[in-house]
Amino acid sequence: MSGKDRIEIFPSRMAQTIMKARLKGAQTGRNLLKKKSDALTLRFRQILKKIIETKMLMGEVMREAAFSLAEAKFTAGDFSTTVIQNVNKAQVKIRAKKDNVAGVTLPVFEHYHEGTDSYELTGLARGGEQLAKLKRNYAKAVELLVELASLQTSFVTLDEAIKITNRRVNAIEHVIIPRIERTLAYIITELDEREREEFYRLKKIQEKKKILKEKCEKDLEQRRAAGEVTEPANLLAEEKDEDLLFE
Amino acid sequence: MAGKLIAVIGDEDTVTGFLLGGIGELNKNRHPNFLVVEKDTTINEIEDTFRQFLNRDDIGIILINQYIAEMVRHALDAHQRSIPAVLEIPSKEHPYDAAKDSILRRARGMFTAEDLR
Repeated sequence: MSGKDRIEIFPSRMAQTIMKARLKGAQTGRNLLKKKSDALTLRFRQILKKIIETKMLMGEVMREAAFSLAEAKFTAGDFSTTVIQNVNKAQVKIRAKKDNVAGVTLPVFEHYHEGTDSYELTGLARGGEQLAKLKRNYAKAVELLVELASLQTSFVTLDEAIKITNRRVNAIEHVIIPRIERTLAYIITELDEREREEFYRLKKIQEKKKILKEKCEKDLEQRRAAGEVTEPANLLAEEKDEDLLFE
Repeated sequence: MAGKLIAVIGDEDTVTGFLLGGIGELNKNRHPNFLVVEKDTTINEIEDTFRQFLNRDDIGIILINQYIAEMVRHALDAHQRSIPAVLEIPSKEHPYDAAKDSILRRARGMFTAEDLR
């Protein structure tokens, strides 16, 4: 991509019109893309702020959940192995939905419940209340985390989209538009030069014709002076017409 | 649209808690969607499980304790797709540190003031 290239096109008036139209199109495109990039960046900043807030909140929620876990362990004994062994079906699952922001589709997670609680009987021996509180705390944590994950995926997707859009804006601004402008300048200079050439050519021909005419006249004068030239019969000056038999 | 699962890679307490929250499942081949990381779990095992979770198309979110994330930071940073979303959560011993989070580091260059809030 050298800095001096232009589009190869035969310079003519029509080419000039075409190039002007293309320049206009490129400028409009660049402005539209800039607007899209600005809208996406605005949304990006909002999401980032929300992510930071939610992460701080999540830190606290997790702390509380871990605390209630310690409490439950204290009361109910060690149930970790039982819990891990009794896994078979998840009750909380997530769906990925599509959300549209300024023309970019963002994936959003939505959680939903399915089936019954596999751990209903876990705290039956002792510590049932702590275990119930624990389950509620972790369920709350899961909801918050699903929201956080949605924000995060939107964040990552928006980041990519912004990078692509900015790349396109820069490409148009620094490569396409200068190239078209150089082509236009080239066409204009070629047309001007052609006009000058044409003008010069016409002038030269006129001069040549003048010189030829002068030469011809001089020649005629000379021959008339030498008496070699006979004027052809002038129809209008004749007094007697010999073809007329009867006068 | 089929529902996706939430996977967990963490210490015993974290995993127990989330399983009680109801996210644990064994798929058709009896593979769980969680990994309990103990003191003797090797980094390779963690990395392998993480990559397996990434390749499974029924997992939408991966929760991972931040101190474990530190151990496999390179694998996390190499993950560029938006789904599955990888979330770093604090553990009992290691509270949440925003400076180490993979995702927030991408925005590091833009918003220095916000991080210090």
